[in-house]
Amino acid sequence: MGSSVLCRAGILRGVSCMLLLLLLFCFGGKCEVQESKPSPPTNLQSVENEFNQPQAYPEEERANLPMFTMDYSRIQIPFEITLWVLLASFAKIGFHIYHKITIWIPESCLLIAIGLIVGAIMHAVKEEPPAVLTSNVFFLYMLPLIVLDNGYFMPTRPFFENVGTVLWYAVVGTLWNSIGIGLSLFAICQFEVFGVQDINLQENLLFASIISAVDPVAALNVFEDIGVNEQIYIVIFGEGLYNDAVTVVLYNMFSFLADMPVVESTDVFLGVARFFIVAAGGILFGLLFGFVAAFTTRFTHNVRQIEPLFVFMYSYMAYLVAECFAISSVLAIITCAITMKHYVEENVSQRSCTTIRHVVKMLATVSETLIFFFLGVVTITTEHEWNWAYIVFTLLFAFIWRGLGILVLTQIINPFRTIQFTFKDQFGLAYGGLRGAICFALVFTLPDNINRKNLFVTASIAVIIFTVFLQGISIRPIVEYMNIRKTNKDLNTINVEVHSRIMEHVVCGIEDLCGQWSHYYWKDKFKKFNDRVLRRILVRDNRAESSIVALYKRLELQNAIGLLDAPMGDLSAAPSIVSLYDERKEASRPKRKFLAGDVRKMHDILSKNMYKIRQKTMAYTNKYNLPDDTRTKEILIRRHASIRRSLRAESFREPSAQNTFKSQKYYSLQPGGSLETAFELRRRSNGADVDLSARPQSSDVSPRSSSRSLLPMRRLNTIKESGGAVEPPAVPPHPHTDQIDGDKDPHEPMQPPQLPPPPGGWVRENQNGEGNPLLRHPSQGSRGSVSF
Amino acid sequence: MGSRASTLLREEEIEEIKKETGFSHSQITRLYSRFTSLDKGENGTLSREDFQRIPELAINPLGDRIINAFFPEGEDQVNFRGFMRTLAHFRPIEDNEKSKNAAVSEPLNSRTNKLMFAFQLYDLDRDDKISRDELLQVLRMMVGVNISDEQLGSIADRTIQEADTNGDNSISFNEFIKVLEKVDVEQKMSIRFLH
Repeated sequence: MGSSVLCRAGILRGVSCMLLLLLLFCFGGKCEVQESKPSPPTNLQSVENEFNQPQAYPEEERANLPMFTMDYSRIQIPFEITLWVLLASFAKIGFHIYHKITIWIPESCLLIAIGLIVGAIMHAVKEEPPAVLTSNVFFLYMLPLIVLDNGYFMPTRPFFENVGTVLWYAVVGTLWNSIGIGLSLFAICQFEVFGVQDINLQENLLFASIISAVDPVAALNVFEDIGVNEQIYIVIFGEGLYNDAVTVVLYNMFSFLADMPVVESTDVFLGVARFFIVAAGGILFGLLFGFVAAFTTRFTHNVRQIEPLFVFMYSYMAYLVAECFAISSVLAIITCAITMKHYVEENVSQRSCTTIRHVVKMLATVSETLIFFFLGVVTITTEHEWNWAYIVFTLLFAFIWRGLGILVLTQIINPFRTIQFTFKDQFGLAYGGLRGAICFALVFTLPDNINRKNLFVTASIAVIIFTVFLQGISIRPIVEYMNIRKTNKDLNTINVEVHSRIMEHVVCGIEDLCGQWSHYYWKDKFKKFNDRVLRRILVRDNRAESSIVALYKRLELQNAIGLLDAPMGDLSAAPSIVSLYDERKEASRPKRKFLAGDVRKMHDILSKNMYKIRQKTMAYTNKYNLPDDTRTKEILIRRHASIRRSLRAESFREPSAQNTFKSQKYYSLQPGGSLETAFELRRRSNGADVDLSARPQSSDVSPRSSSRSLLPMRRLNTIKESGGAVEPPAVPPHPHTDQIDGDKDPHEPMQPPQLPPPPGGWVRENQNGEGNPLLRHPSQGSRGSVSF
Repeated sequence: MGSRASTLLREEEIEEIKKETGFSHSQITRLYSRFTSLDKGENGTLSREDFQRIPELAINPLGDRIINAFFPEGEDQVNFRGFMRTLAHFRPIEDNEKSKNAAVSEPLNSRTNKLMFAFQLYDLDRDDKISRDELLQVLRMMVGVNISDEQLGSIADRTIQEADTNGDNSISFNEFIKVLEKVDVEQKMSIRFLH
C-alpha cells in the first residue's frame, strides 16, 4: 500500500534531518573549541576597535566599524543548551514517524541510542560534552519538572484508594532494595580478589540506594496496551513516583553518612527519625503551598494571562522551600500539585487549564529527554572505570533483590487487599523495574570526594543500559506471551464478541455505580468537608454542580455540540462488504451469505472499534502524552442527547417507544475523517449562526443549510420512519440540519430546551459558546422529509 | 462505618433483602450507605437524575440502558429494595448455591437471570425479541464513529443470522441463551461486592 512507501520516505527525511543536525551540532561544538581559546584577546580587540578609543597598543591600526563580527562565547551556554534540546526533540520526532518502533522499543531506549551516537561522534572529533549536568542544575531545575509532571497528572481517586499498597511498595520496597543490595555488595567487597575493598559500607549503601530507583514507564506502556488490571497499574505508577521521593531522601541521608568516618547506632536511629520527619514535612509544605495556590487563583479572573504562572511558581516555591530546609522536596511538590489541581482547574479559564497541562508535560519531557540524551553521550565520552566483578554483581543483585522484594512484600500485603496480586502481576512488577533518568542523574552528581565515583558511574550506566535495553525491549513479548488467551479469537462468533463486550460494559457500569473501589466512608466524609469548607474558601464560583456539569465543562462541550449540529455521513462502505442500505426492505431482503473473509473482517472491525471498557487510570498515566480524553468526549457527545432526554422520564414511558427511537440518530464520520477535523469545519462555519439561536424555527429548511456545503452528508436512518422519504445512496448536496437533540418528542416542538434545575448549568454554559445549537430548533417538520 | 445509615434501615428489612437477594448483612449495609449518598433528595428513592450524576456512568456507552434497568416498567423512582434486587443479578454464584435444588424459586443471580438482564438491555420494548433495529441501536452505541452504517448493518445481519434458528429475523431469549452457551456468563456478569 502507498502508506508504507510514504513511511519510508518519511523515515529517510527524518533520518537525514537528524544527521544534518548532528553535523551542525558537532560543527557548533568545534567552533566552540576553536573560539574559546583565542576569544578573550580578540574580544578585547574588537571592543576597542569598535569604540575607537585611545588604545593601549598604539601599534594597532585604526579599523573601521566592522560589518560582521562573531562573538560565540557570549551566547555559548544558552546556545548549547538550546541546541541539545532541539536535537533531542528532533530525535523524538524521528521516532514517531514510524510508530511501530515506539511500540517495540521504549522511548528511553531510543533516546539513549541517539545519545550514544552523538557521543560517538563527539568522541571521534575529540570533544567534551558541555558540562551542564551539575548537581545544582539537576536538583534545582530538572528534577522538579519531572516530578511536577508526575504529581499533576496523577489520578487522585484510584491513587488514594490504593494508597496503602502504593506506599508499601514504594517505601518498604525501596528500603528493602537499597539495604539488600548495599549489604550484598559490601559482602562482595570483602573479597580481595575483586579489588574493590576500599568501598566502605556507607558508600555501598549510597550506591545501592541510587540503583534502587525504578522508572516503570516502559512497563506501563506495555501494560496499557495489553490491558492489565488497573490496580496493578496504579500500584506500578505510584510506586515509580514515590520511590523517587524515597530514593532522594535515602540518597541525602546516605551521602551525609558517607562523609562521616564512623557510624554509630544512634546515627541509625536518627536516620530513621529523620526519614519520617522529612516525609511528613514535605507533605505539610506541599499542602500549605497547594492551598495558598488554590486560594490565589480564586482572584485571578481579571488576569487570565498569568494564571498558569501561579501553578508553576507555587509548585516551584514549595520545592525550593523544602530544599532549603532539607526536607523532601519531591514529596512537597507532588503534594502541592495534587492539592491545588482540582481547585485551580475549577477557578481558571479553560485556556489556562490547557496551557498548564501542556506546559507541564512539555517541560517534563524536555527534562527527561535531556537526561537520557546526556546519559548516552556521557557513556562514550567519560573515562570509565570498569570492574567486572562489581558491575556484574550489581546487576545480579539488583535483579534478585527486586524480585525477592516484590514476592515477599506481595505475600504480606495480599491478605489486606480485595484484589490480590497474582503471580503474573508480580512478575510484571518485578520485571518492569527499569532504571531510569533519576538513577543516572543522582550518580552523576555524586560529590567528588567519593573515591570510587567513576566506578559507580560506570556501574550505574551499565545497569541502566542493561535494564532499559534488555528488559525494556523484552518485556512486551514476555507479557504478551504470558497473556495469550486460550481461546482462539476466530472461533468466537460475532455474537459472542458483541455480547461479551456488552456484558463487560455493564459490569463496569454497575461497579462504578456501587462505588466499588472506595473506602466509601472516608471518601464521603472528605467530600462533605470539601464541599462545605474547602470549596467555599478556595473556589471562586462555588455552585454545587452536578458532576456531569463539571465534566461537561472540562471537556469543552461547546465544540463538541457543534459537531452534532451538522450531521456527518459517510460515502463509502468497506468495499468488500456488500452494501445494504434500505432499512425498509429488511423483511423482504434475501438472506445474505457471509463469506469467511467477511466474518473475519467483521471481527476485525469490532475489535478495533468497539469501545473498550473504561480504563480508570491508564488514560492519565502515559508519561509522554497528555491524557487522552477523545474517546470520552466521543461517548459524551453521543450520549448527551440521551442523557438530557432521560431526565425527562416520560420519554422512557412511551408505549410504542417510537418517539425515543426516532430521536436517537447516530451518525458516522466520513472515512478518514476524525472528530477533530469535523470540529474544525464546524467551528469555522459556525460564525454566522449565532443570531439564529433565539428563534425557534418552523420552516422546513433552516437557513443554515445553505452554508453547509462543506461535507457531503447523508443521514443515517436506523429506524423506520413513518412516511419518511428514503434517501438515495447518492449524496445530496445540501445536508439537512437535523441534529440529535433537535428531534425531541413532538410534544415539545418549539421551546428552547427547558432543562430541569440541576443541569441548569448546561444552558448557562452553552450560551457562551459560539452559537448555541441546543437552542436552535431546526425543522421538526423536516425530520421526515428532506428538502434539497 | 455507616452507623447512621443502619439505623434508618430496619433489621427486618435487612433480613428480607437478605433472603431475597442473597447478600450478606454487611454488604447490604454498605450498599445502603451508597444508596443514601446517591440519594440527594433524601427521600428514600433514587431517580434517574441521581444515577446520571455518577460521572463514570456518563462516559459508559451503555449508561442509559444500565440506568434504565433499575427502573421497573413505567416508574421513575426506585427504592432500596428495587436497587438491591437489580444489583442482586450481579452477585457471584457461589458453589453451595450451584448444588442447591431448584426447589426454591430461582435465585436472582442465576445464569438465566443474568442472561435475562443482558437480554433486556437490548430489548427495550419488552416484546421478548431482539429485532434488527434494537440490535443496531445497541451496536451503534458500542462502536466508535468510524464505522459506516453499511458495515454496522452487515454486522447486525450476521449477528442475527448466527443466532436465529426459527427464521423470524430476530433473536428470542432462548436463541440468546443458546448462542452464549459457551461463554462463562456467571463469571463475566459478576461483581465481587465488598463487605
